[in-house]
Formats: sequence, C-alpha cells, structure tokens
Amino acid sequence: MSIVTTFVLALRALWRNKVRTMLTMLGIIVGIGCVIAMVSSGQGAQQAVKEVFQSMGTNVLVLTNQSSRGGPSVGAGGSSATITWDDVKRLSEPGTVPTIRVAAPVLSARTQLISDAGNWNTSVLGTTADWFEIRNWKAAQGVVLDADTGGSNTKIAVIGQTIAIQLFGDSASGVGQSVRINGQPYEVVGILEKKGQGPMGDNDDTVIIPLKTYQQKLEKQGVAKYMRGQLLISMTGDDLAEQTIADITALLREWHKLDAAAEDDFRIRNPAEFAKAQQDSTERISTLLALVAAASLFVGGIGVMNIMLVSVIERTREIGIRMGVGAKPMDILTQFLVESLVLSIVGGILGLAFGYVCAWKMSDVFGWKLFFPMDTAIIAFAVSGAVGVGFGLYPAIRASRLDPITALRYES
Amino acid sequence: MSADDEKRPLIEMKGIHRVYQMGDNVVRALRGVDLTVRHGESIAIMGTSGSGKSTLMNIMGCLDQPSMGSYHLNGRDVSRLSRSQLAEVRGRMIGFVFQSFNLLSRTSALENVEMPLLYQGVGSSERHKRAMAALDKVGLADRHDHHPNQLSGGQQQRVAIARALVGDAPVIMADEPTGNLDTRTSYEVMSILQGFVAAGKTIILVTHEADIAAYASRVVTLRDGLIIKDVQQTPHSAAEQLAALPPPVDDVPAAEVA
Ligand SMILES: Nc1ncnc2c1ncn2[C@@H]1O[C@H](COP(=O)(O)OP(=O)(O)OP(=O)(O)O)[C@@H](O)[C@H]1O
Ligand SMILES: [Mg+2]
Repeated sequence: MSIVTTFVLALRALWRNKVRTMLTMLGIIVGIGCVIAMVSSGQGAQQAVKEVFQSMGTNVLVLTNQSSRGGPSVGAGGSSATITWDDVKRLSEPGTVPTIRVAAPVLSARTQLISDAGNWNTSVLGTTADWFEIRNWKAAQGVVLDADTGGSNTKIAVIGQTIAIQLFGDSASGVGQSVRINGQPYEVVGILEKKGQGPMGDNDDTVIIPLKTYQQKLEKQGVAKYMRGQLLISMTGDDLAEQTIADITALLREWHKLDAAAEDDFRIRNPAEFAKAQQDSTERISTLLALVAAASLFVGGIGVMNIMLVSVIERTREIGIRMGVGAKPMDILTQFLVESLVLSIVGGILGLAFGYVCAWKMSDVFGWKLFFPMDTAIIAFAVSGAVGVGFGLYPAIRASRLDPITALRYES
Repeated sequence: MSADDEKRPLIEMKGIHRVYQMGDNVVRALRGVDLTVRHGESIAIMGTSGSGKSTLMNIMGCLDQPSMGSYHLNGRDVSRLSRSQLAEVRGRMIGFVFQSFNLLSRTSALENVEMPLLYQGVGSSERHKRAMAALDKVGLADRHDHHPNQLSGGQQQRVAIARALVGDAPVIMADEPTGNLDTRTSYEVMSILQGFVAAGKTIILVTHEADIAAYASRVVTLRDGLIIKDVQQTPHSAAEQLAALPPPVDDVPAAEVA
C-alpha cells in the first residue's frame, strides 16, 4: 500500500472519531504548547534580566556608605556617612587604583518638579559628566553635561523621556524650557535617549543636575565633608572586579584607619555579579518549567497510547476483515502507527501555534522580548513525532499480531 | 481460463489435521481430511455444529494453518507459509464472504469493496473503477456511497460479495453466507453466487441448510472432523426458484391489491 494511501486512510479513521481525536490531540497540543511557551518565555525573561543590568553600564562597581540602603531621600545617610569627598577625589585620580578608569559620584533625592504644564515627583541626581559616559547614555535632544557644565554650579538639568512627557507633554520637547526643582528654576539643556526599565524601576524617570548645584541647592547640610550618595566606578576592562574591590577596600580601610578586627564601614557592590545571580536563577526556573512542560508532553503521549489501545480493541473486527482480504501484519502495523503519528504530528503543529500564542501573550504582559525558539520548535516537532511512534508502536504491534479468525469473530 | 487449469486441481488437501490446545484440553477439530477441489466446482460443506466446517474453511482460505497434513492451493504448498505470505495468498486467490457484519461501518460500500485492492497496491483510479464494476455485478452500483447501516441485510451481503469479487480471485469462500438472511434474500444471494460459478469461479460455502446446499454441484459432509460423505449432484437454479417465489409485498402494484 502506498504511503499516501496509508496517510489518507489514517486521516479518515481519525476524522471518523472527531471528538476523540481532538481530545487525544489536546494532550499533545498542551504538552508541546507548554514546552514552547516555557522555553520562549524563559529566554525572554533571561534576556530581560540581562538588558536591565546592561542598562546600568558594564564593568561597573558601586561604592556606598555602609548604612545607605534603598532609595535615599533628601539628606538621607545622616551622620552615618563614612566616605569623605576626599576619599572620592583620591579614588577618582588616575593611578590611585590602576584598574579604575573613571568614577562619578552620584547624589540623589526625591523631590518635586514643576513646569508650566504640570508637576511630577521623581528622583533628582547630582553628578558629573563622567556619569553619562559610564552609563553610556546620550542625549536624544540637546546635550548632556560635559566637563565644564558638569563641574559648575549652574542651574541646568538633563531630563529623561518620562519626565519630558510628564512636564512638557511629549518625549521630545522641553529643551530650552524651564523647570522648577525644589522651588528653584532650572533650564532644561537635554533630553536623554529612552532606556526603559532598569533594576530600580523606570530608567527614564530621572533628572540630572550638576553635582555642585545639587550640593548647594538640595543637600540640607550644604557642602559637607562626607559623600551621602554613591560612587559609580568604571573599570578598565572585564574580569577586574575582584581585584578592584580588593584594592579599594585596602585603600579605604587604610584611609579610615580601620584595624584588622573592624568591619568595613563602606560597601562595594558589583551589579554584574548580581545580574549573574539573577540570570542563573531565571535560567533555573525556566529549565524547571520546561521540564514540567515536558512531563505534560509525556502525559499527552500516554493519552495517545491509551486511545490507540482502545482503538485497536474497538476495531478488532475491522482488523480481522482487513487481514481477511489480504492485509499483511505489516500493513496493519503501519496503519495504526501512521494513525498515532498523524495524531501527534497534527497535535504538535497545533501545539506549536498554541505555544507561540502563549509566549506572545506572556511577552506582552511581562514586557520582555518575544523569542521564537526555532531549535526548540524543531525539537518539539521531532519529539511529538517520536511520541506518536513511541507510544503508538505497542498498540500497533498488538493490532498486527491479532489472529484473523479470532479478530473476525470478535463481538464488540 | 486455460484448459490446463481445468485439469489441475485448485485445492488439494491431504491428511489435514487441526488440533486446538486449550491448556490440558486438546480439541481435534479435523482428524485427517482429504479433499480435492477442481476449478469451477461449487461445493457446499455441511455437518452438525462443531463438526469442523469452519475450521476446514479457515484452513482452505489461508486464514489458519493445519497442525498436520499438506495443502496445495493452485499447485503451491501453502501449509508452511508465514503470516505475511498467507495474507498475500489470501489477497490474490480468495474472496471471502462471512456470515454477517463483515463490512466496515461508517465506510461507504465503495470503500468497502475497494479494500482488498488497497493491499494489492492498486492505484486509486483503477481501484475505483474495479470496485464500481464489482458493485455493478451485484446490482448495487447506485448504492456505492451508502454506508452499511443504510443498506438492508441482503444488500450488505451483496456488497460483501462484490468485495470478494473485486480482486478477481479464482475462489470465493463463504461461511454461512445466508445465515442471517430471510428465504427470499438468501435465494437472491445464492443466485448471484451461482452466476459467478457459471462465469468460471470456484465457490466453497459452509451451510447447514439443505435448500442452500442444493444449489451446489457437490456436497461434502463432515462429522467429528472427518469427511463422511462426498456426493456430486445437479445443482438447483436459485434464479428459477427466486422467480417462482411470490413477489414481495412492496412490489405488488397497488391496483392488484385493490
Ligand atoms: N479457536 C478455537 N480454540 C479451541 N477450539 C476451537 C477453536 N475453534 C474451533 N474449536 C473447536 O473445534 C471444533 C470445530 O469447530 P468449528 O468452528 O470448525 O465447527 P463448525 O462445524 O463450524 O460448527 P458450527 O456449525 O457451529 O459453526 C469445535 O469442537 C470447536 O469447539
Ligand atoms: Mg462454523
């Protein structure tokens, strides 16, 4: 019998039992669908985590006072600050720590912004021109701080796009206009490129003003001895974090005159490490989910086997008749095998579609990139075929081994 | 059919035994059957229930194999073939008609008739043509798209006969082909079968109804797995007897009733 005829026969047999066929396929559809959805969204989630941390800049360390945790408000840190501006200056000088390329102090506070069109509560950063370079963040409109303006105490501001929208109506307007920060008028000189979500929330919900201006206008204590913010440190290359941390730690302990038993009075965070940990756990979770999905595919396969076994018993007479008119055991085996193969392959195709729809919906809801894991699709497809053959083989062999006389006499 | 075929026996069975082993219980269904069938014969196998008629027919039809003895079908020894080889011989040499329910349900008459050709690798248009021709021979060409549950018992049996014919096998075997049919329909089926004998086919049927056996040219009687009687006879004509029956009620014209 030709292979085309065999497939036509299989399709007809399946069509005759539409409801049962659909229900059996459902197992495969859900199985394959889950695998695809899980792998796709796993990749999406990992990519999202990666992008979040890349938005912070690469090869970066963050030095803070020991006690400053979470979002600082105006004047936060108080008396517990231990890192002096002198420390900052010395660390920033080239050569102090050879692996430090450049460093930018960042002070921040939440405060009210007011324009003619609206007002908005957000965090204001006071920093230098280097900050933009470390974070690799350029202006979409106007300019960012440069060495001159960044070191000055002029009242200028660079704003993120979220702020531009809130204060000036759209993401491209505001340059040259005035915004009142903490009651003082500032001139907007630039609007930053869009960066999206970061680990601390919306990256674009930020205003940057020169460090000196910040110290004079926003720090309660005025220009002080201690830095109540963080120092963003950019290293000269990859894989230098450990050494750089060790060097900075040694220097600061020396400068702060800490004896060997004392704990550090500062903290150095390595966002890359954090990112790695995040990514690892995301990966573990998505592997786990994919395994669960694979288990559901296995259950789907058992469903196929179950139905094929029922079908063989139900169609015992048919098998007898076919054998009676000249079907060889191999013909019967092929017939049932092709039926379960068609069942799972069609189920697999529908499952692929179902999985992609799920992945697409999830990427939409969670705001990550949509991945079409082609390799997984091919594997899933092959797996559904293998499920069809694997779980269909036993019923098919049973069918082919039936004795024609017994089968012909079988009363259902 | 050539003159050679006429002389050479179609079926040659010698010392056929069939033993069923059921645990400790041994059933000797056939105990040394010798039977020779020539081309063009129509044979009725008779005997009491359990005498071994079906067992013999199954072996003749290559559905089963003898425990002992030799069986030559059309000159070929078929008593030691594999299941797969037997299937092939069945497909080529034998058309079966069974007692009842031997059509695939939810499958059109045409597809039922096409089925044997499927396993002989006949292409779809040729299949269709030959199946239609076979249905035409049993007078059911206009019902080709009907499913078995839309056909009467006699029509179903005619579809089964068409299926037995379609492969152009030289032998048609039927185990109680009229067992489930009323007298009139039995005569119809028998007259169709007799028509094929006239056309050169060999027909072997199992029956326990004497009036059905009367249509055969030879009656073989079994008892306890042995042939106890084997007689040649002049067959009655089923077509004539059918014509002699009073017409079925439906066919009586309204005017005549009134
Ligand atoms: N598959 C089997 N297993 C065991 N015993 C069997 C089997 N088939 C038939 N027999 C036995 O073999 C003997 C002959 O059976 P067979 O079916 O040939 O009889 P039969 O002449 O066709 O009877 P009937 O007129 O009732 O159809 C019986 O005693 C039966 O019980
Ligand atoms: Mg019988």
